Amino acid sequence: MAEFVAENLRRRFGDALERVSDEHGDLTVWVDRARVHEVLEHCKRDSELDFCFCMDVTAVDYLTLGGTPRFAVVYHLYSLKTGKRVRVKTGVPEDDPVVQTAVDVWKSTDWFEREVYDMFGIRFEGHPNMKRILCHRDFQGHPLRKDYPADLRWKLLRPDDLLDEISSDEMKRIRARSSYPISE
Amino acid sequence: MKDGTTPPESVFTTTLDKMVRWARAGSLWPLPFGTACCAIEFMSVVSSHYDLARFGAEVVRFSPRQSDMMIVAGTVVDKQAPILKLIYEQMCAPKWVISMGVCASSGGFYRAYHVMQGIDEIVPVDVYVPGCPPTPEGLIYSILKLQEKIERGEPSHWQIEAERETAQARKQQLVGV
Repeated sequence: MAEFVAENLRRRFGDALERVSDEHGDLTVWVDRARVHEVLEHCKRDSELDFCFCMDVTAVDYLTLGGTPRFAVVYHLYSLKTGKRVRVKTGVPEDDPVVQTAVDVWKSTDWFEREVYDMFGIRFEGHPNMKRILCHRDFQGHPLRKDYPADLRWKLLRPDDLLDEISSDEMKRIRARSSYPISE
Repeated sequence: MKDGTTPPESVFTTTLDKMVRWARAGSLWPLPFGTACCAIEFMSVVSSHYDLARFGAEVVRFSPRQSDMMIVAGTVVDKQAPILKLIYEQMCAPKWVISMGVCASSGGFYRAYHVMQGIDEIVPVDVYVPGCPPTPEGLIYSILKLQEKIERGEPSHWQIEAERETAQARKQQLVGV
């Protein structure tokens, strides 16, 4: 189904593609971590592929499956023009969990990458606001890692800052106006 | 009177305390703290079919300053805990809390890293309603139970906690002296 996508990527990145599989019409491409940004950029900019829509960025912890490297970051792309999908995966080792950000390619990856950081502890280099998005300020650890105890909780005593997208100057004005304390 | 004469003066005696309790029980102003599907069930309780107005608790207010019965309807995550606490503290005393559904009462099926295992970790609860979500009849029953408690003159859990805190402060003062 998506042969031309695989062909296009093979032609352009022959050596960088570690594995290409097409299970039930779902094309999956494993890419070397150092070149994943390049591949993603090509997926978006190439006129034949035209993956204008990054549907999701997520990650997998292969700890219990015994995979090496431990993590994989997964990008789900969709093209509104051709109606094709591709899944780009890249392995991330535990001792250096860093991937280059894709915010400069798709703005929508901003919150996705923050979620991956929050849940798995994988950092995205060059991200404009690399901090937790779902868990609160006093949370320790990354709950979707397989070695995190599923019911280990961290209590929050003061309201968390829910306005962290706002610039610091604007935040100062809001804080001055507010009748109850907003955390720094 | 039927024959046009003036009626004899109608008098009944009671205590002020009892009178106040009767009035309070019949004029609860709910504050919905709705976070999940229980809040949808709460909406059906206050709308025409189940019509909570029949039980004297229909004046739903979205400001804690104007309400005295908080209905926590839904899952409360740890990130939301201080917000719930703040809203509870802003309510006028005397105040009551109904924990609606298993999520608010015990965490429900969210035995996980992010959900409070019962809102009684941070606010005192007067009535717990089981169910996922509870039926509208369940919530109405809990409000009737609460009204019974108020009419009987049972202290709300808010009061019990306030008295404990006052006693503790007094004790510390005495020890300090």
